[in-house]
Amino acid sequence: MTRQTFLTQNRSIFWFLLALAVFVLIVTVLSEATGNGMISTSFVKTLGKTLCLMLVAIAMDVVWGYTGILSLGHMAFFGLGGYMIGMWLMYARTEIIVAESLRAAAIPPTPEEIHDAIGTQIFGVVGSSDFPLIWAFASSFWAQLALVVLVPGVLALVFGWLAFRSRVTGVYLSILTQAMTLALSLYLFQNDSGLRGNNGLSGLQNLPGLDAVPQSQVSIAFFWASAVALGLGYVLFAWVVSGKMGSVIRGIRDNESRVRFLGYHVESYKLFVFTLTGIVAGIAGALYYPQAGIINPNEIAPIASIYLAVWVAIGGRGRLYGAALGAAFVSLLSSWFTGGGVPSIPLGFYTIQWTDWWLVLLGVSFVAVTLLAPKGIGGLFDLITARHAVPERVGDFGPDKGARRTVEGEEER
Amino acid sequence: MIKSLKLSGVAAAALFAAGTASAQDVSCPIKVGVLHSLSGTMAISETTLKDTMLMLVEAQNEKGGLLGCELEAVVVDPASDWPLFAEKARELLTVHDVDVIFGNWTSVSRKSVLPVIEELNGLLFYPVQYEGEESSKNVFYTGAAPNQQAIPAVDYYLEELGVEKFALLGTDYVYPRTTNNILESYLKDKGIPEEDIFVNYTPFGHSDWATIVADVVALGEDGKQVGVVSTINGDANIGFYKELAAAGISADDIPVVAFSVGEEELSGLDTSNLEGHLAAWNYFMSADTPANAEFIEQWHAFIGDDARVTNDPMEAHYIGFNMWVNAATEAGTTDVDAVREAMWGQEFPNLTGGTAVMGVNHHLAKPVLIGEIRADGQFDIISQTDPVPGDAWTDFLPESAVLKSDWKDLECGMYNTETSTCVQIKSNY
Amino acid sequence: MLRAFFLAFALVLCLCLPGARVEAQTQDLQSILQTHADEVASPGRRSVGTVIDALVASGLPAVPQFLERWADRSVYQRESDGLFYYAKENGDTYSLTDISTGADAGTAPSAEMTEIRPNGGVRRVIATALVQFQLSDPDIARRRDALDAISRSPEADQLEPLRASIEGETDDDLRARKERLAGMLAARYGDTPEERIAAIEALSGALSVDVRAVLNQILSSDTAVAAALPEGANIARTLTPGEDLTEAEAYAQLVAADLAPAIQSRDQIKAALTANIADGRVGGVPIGALNTEDGRARAYAALAGAGTVPPLVTEEDRNAALAAHVFYEEYEEPDAAITDAAREALDEVETRVAMNQALDLGLDALSLASIYFLAAIGLAITFGVMGVINMAHGEFIMMGAYTGYVVQQIIPDYTVSIIVALPLAFAVTFGAGVAMERLVIRWLYHRPLETLLATFGISIALQQLAKNIFGTQARPLTSPSWLDGAWVLNDVVSIANIRIAIFVLALIFLGLILFVLNKTRLGLEVRAVTQNPGMAASMGINPDKINMLTFGLGSGIAGIAGVAIGLYAKVTSEMGADYIVQSFMTVVVGGVGNVWGTLAGAGLIGILQKGIEFLNPSNTLAAQTYMILFIILFIQVRPKGIVALKGRAAGD
Repeated sequence: MTRQTFLTQNRSIFWFLLALAVFVLIVTVLSEATGNGMISTSFVKTLGKTLCLMLVAIAMDVVWGYTGILSLGHMAFFGLGGYMIGMWLMYARTEIIVAESLRAAAIPPTPEEIHDAIGTQIFGVVGSSDFPLIWAFASSFWAQLALVVLVPGVLALVFGWLAFRSRVTGVYLSILTQAMTLALSLYLFQNDSGLRGNNGLSGLQNLPGLDAVPQSQVSIAFFWASAVALGLGYVLFAWVVSGKMGSVIRGIRDNESRVRFLGYHVESYKLFVFTLTGIVAGIAGALYYPQAGIINPNEIAPIASIYLAVWVAIGGRGRLYGAALGAAFVSLLSSWFTGGGVPSIPLGFYTIQWTDWWLVLLGVSFVAVTLLAPKGIGGLFDLITARHAVPERVGDFGPDKGARRTVEGEEER
Repeated sequence: MIKSLKLSGVAAAALFAAGTASAQDVSCPIKVGVLHSLSGTMAISETTLKDTMLMLVEAQNEKGGLLGCELEAVVVDPASDWPLFAEKARELLTVHDVDVIFGNWTSVSRKSVLPVIEELNGLLFYPVQYEGEESSKNVFYTGAAPNQQAIPAVDYYLEELGVEKFALLGTDYVYPRTTNNILESYLKDKGIPEEDIFVNYTPFGHSDWATIVADVVALGEDGKQVGVVSTINGDANIGFYKELAAAGISADDIPVVAFSVGEEELSGLDTSNLEGHLAAWNYFMSADTPANAEFIEQWHAFIGDDARVTNDPMEAHYIGFNMWVNAATEAGTTDVDAVREAMWGQEFPNLTGGTAVMGVNHHLAKPVLIGEIRADGQFDIISQTDPVPGDAWTDFLPESAVLKSDWKDLECGMYNTETSTCVQIKSNY
Repeated sequence: MLRAFFLAFALVLCLCLPGARVEAQTQDLQSILQTHADEVASPGRRSVGTVIDALVASGLPAVPQFLERWADRSVYQRESDGLFYYAKENGDTYSLTDISTGADAGTAPSAEMTEIRPNGGVRRVIATALVQFQLSDPDIARRRDALDAISRSPEADQLEPLRASIEGETDDDLRARKERLAGMLAARYGDTPEERIAAIEALSGALSVDVRAVLNQILSSDTAVAAALPEGANIARTLTPGEDLTEAEAYAQLVAADLAPAIQSRDQIKAALTANIADGRVGGVPIGALNTEDGRARAYAALAGAGTVPPLVTEEDRNAALAAHVFYEEYEEPDAAITDAAREALDEVETRVAMNQALDLGLDALSLASIYFLAAIGLAITFGVMGVINMAHGEFIMMGAYTGYVVQQIIPDYTVSIIVALPLAFAVTFGAGVAMERLVIRWLYHRPLETLLATFGISIALQQLAKNIFGTQARPLTSPSWLDGAWVLNDVVSIANIRIAIFVLALIFLGLILFVLNKTRLGLEVRAVTQNPGMAASMGINPDKINMLTFGLGSGIAGIAGVAIGLYAKVTSEMGADYIVQSFMTVVVGGVGNVWGTLAGAGLIGILQKGIEFLNPSNTLAAQTYMILFIILFIQVRPKGIVALKGRAAGD
């Protein structure tokens, strides 16, 4: 298969990358750092974070919409990526401060002294001063960067291997992944875990050694980085879900046993997809949290992963751009509603305050999407391109209509 | 790296110059940012504080505003989501251009906004009792530091109740962890051996307390008087107190002193079985002073519900807001640096009597009150100290004992008195 | 400040006490109180003794009554003249009673009177002082108070009056208690060693905390260090550094006892080096080379060699010092016969306590298991039998609890309200379950993953709805008084009544569900529809109706569980979320589709959690984390749960 056919088969790549590029250009022109300042720095950060969420939503779509594994653990991988980069950010920033303050002493500091002082600074807030073992590599940027990939990757690999090996499927797998997420967040909540417990890692937006660079520039740089990551992630996953690989994983989603009988090693495929998406989630997290400024165990709580599934479902499973749109749409709408930007509706006897009622609306609309519009927002694109509705078929053909697609977004003739 | 630090110095100088330039003119209306969660888990506690701020702003406007300007409250909702606190703080300071922010409840939310406030040279008033170990140039802490709540409460245990064995029970997060560390170290100084200090941490919202209560009872087996110091947070207290009552533990046998249980929390409980257990705060609604009566009346009138209680963080906002108004009036501007300097030594009467004084370490000097729970969910004040100056860095942990905060003369919030150097100007996040 | 003042005041009083005592006979109560007015008005535990001594010494008949009322906070001080009165609130005024004579003293406005609030410590001192008056009081409540006071703060001089009062005691329970207390006091304060040893041996059959307290206090010991074991001391045991205490601790003891030089910390070395900088060098080592530990050690050694600083304490020095000394614990009680008897008695008691603690832990585990079972049993029906993932199950629990709360607002009698609330909660959540099944779930029977998501949507909507209606603050759901308190087997084993009630409720539901599923027509139809809806329908069963009823039943039970959980813990909008993951775990671990499996799952999780908590008592969060990890691994080993179904019913 040549590159040419891959792109023509996946026309959405072109449109998605084009839209992304245009969007990045507009934001850049309107931002405070590089443009006329119509978009505030805090909103640039919000947009940058949204791009990261879109990336993790695409990963979720591949693992759920294409492979049929409803993972309720991908936000845990996302958070782990954030923790890994956060460790370096905190360490390096504190190292600069400590070195500066120790330099004033009459005797030059020893490396041990600096290390201990950094420990006191970082862990003083949780009443400790010693570095736990997991901070062993925190002083090295490259090592932590490798851990951004390795920690979520290895966790996904080990967990996936255990789960797929014993043929845990369907809702059981969902519950198992949720249990993993809960265990991880409970573990991180403990102070003894060595990642500052409930407080987590904070001040991540201040990049070490870059104090002089204003946040407006930092934010736009992260925005660009997130956009690049999203673009690359989109191409990567479009490649994964196309071709033979794509057919096999869709086959696994629709009927695992039949694929197994055809001689494919189903577990390996599932493990590959699960691990790859876990790694991408970790990378997205590593880009997200320096923009958010703080990461703590709350971010990893099971509810976050469920929201991820909600975004993908509302955006439309089984098509990458649908998941991305869903994540952007729901998370931005959510911040608009909870931010008090939506006017209240007075009903005479009662006034609907959207900060109170937004979650009710989200919950109900989510049920409605599941019941009435399983294709989600992505389904709207079928209207634009005037695809033909598939005639009703009876019988058990798999979980949903996406099952019969060989080409992304296109129905089988 | 040295170069980058120099650069940062230049940037700071530029920022400072910009600050003083705008100090000349006060732009009307003066905006007061309110950064309290109105949704999510912290909403119940923080919504009350938002209402308190609206009440105070309204009352100030009735008195003629500030510096000839109307005050305008800008309310945002960080929705109990810690990263969102940083985002909303940035929005308040850059988009709404507020002159001061009153907000935050949890420590983690404060840690989240700190870098933003310091970067943009904002001004934050933080009204809740907290674990200390912090002093930011841009934050005024109107709640209690550990030496204004935990240490006096333990002193009360040692002196008045003769407690010899301590059970430190807490929810597993930063405030209980740090407070208990400080208390452990303090108790050891006071001659309580390590084996007589039992520490336990439970998750948020914990409900299965039977085993822990049995463990606490068993502590009494060597004949020493046992006392519980509770930093249990929020809903978990309900199960804890219910289990205490079920086990028939009266305050005479094993007293419990709580640092996070106030009038608001007791309203979710039947307190008839809890009479005599203790809480330590800087304010109780039952304080019998004219100022407090007036405040309660004002609050009831504003909120339109006579059943609503007042609590300690509300008083902290009351003092903080009035101090800020007086400081801005003195400085003749709302410029952050000018107001900050005018804040040092500001005095304002407490609702419980006496006068609160703002120290150069940005902490208040306030009296410490110990109350016994009554059957009606209020507290009998049984002990009130002289004003205690808040200590940013505790004297009872070896790393912190050498640290000192003085923004006036030393111009440093983390000054090492041993090496006579400023460890850092910005805060630890 | 205040305390210092009181101390000074007490000191002055002590000095002039002999004089005061002579006068006391002629004084009335009020004037004694006025002499100590400040101390009476705001008493402190350590200083109140002087007032009480003066009062008791006066011998006035009104003193016991005054002490009681003082502790009960019914003594008030009039601000204008500082006189003390007994007062009763009467609207805006207080009606006063004269303290000395007991005569009516008119009324006073509330602003005039200050309530005197002795704190808990003072109340205890007062209670101890009252013991001598109360031990033989005709009022049984007062006698009981006296015994409480003795057991709270036993003192040597209580032994005689206590023994004297046993004779005249009419109440059997109290007499037994008095004898027990007298035995405990005798063990500590008896006159002769023989008497004490006899008393100690009599205690070995007991179990209670206060008996253990007595024995432990007899056995209290101090750690000490010396070059050799002292002659004639009553040694409890010798300690070996590295085994009984760490070497660092042992050395710290040596330092504290001035038997060894202190180890220089890194900071101290640095400070010493800093203090001895000369011409950019320290001890001949250039400052620039001091940025390693090695360089610093060389510089310090040079300084030590020159005698400017104390020599570095090396590892060998430390070990030599430790080897040269003996560490031991010495009993405070000099008589070895008594400590041996106490040790023997305590060992016996402790063995029994350990067994009882295990039993207590077992009860706690059982109780936790029954709570998990109750929370999960509804789920066992909807998920286990019907295969429907209901993420809103937790919210049904919450709805049940709020129903209980609302009922209590309407019906103030707690017993009646609980009786009403239980069926009502069932009805409410049954209705909600049926509505949900009709509106949402029946469209998704073949798409289990989407059921999960749709019910999750319902879950967040319901949770927020509850917040909007009831607020985020926890709501009180109070159990009736007959469920208050605990079932006390002995001083170690006890369990709250409410937990027993939950256990019983769980048993009832276990029986009920088994009965419904296995013995009724409905159960037969449910099982039929579960196994093969098409075949069941052709047999004349209406699968729609059966699904609806089954789902309603599962939800209704969740509602009842909600009332029970609300009674023992809390009622908040998030309480359901606390139980949902655990409930799914319970069902999955136990084995889907089987009520017995759910029981086994709940039992396993409850016992496991308590077991881990026991091993690591200071961190409950860790227990939960490890439990979930265990469950994940357990499912690896037995993917179908403890009680796995075989055959057709096992199909996914």
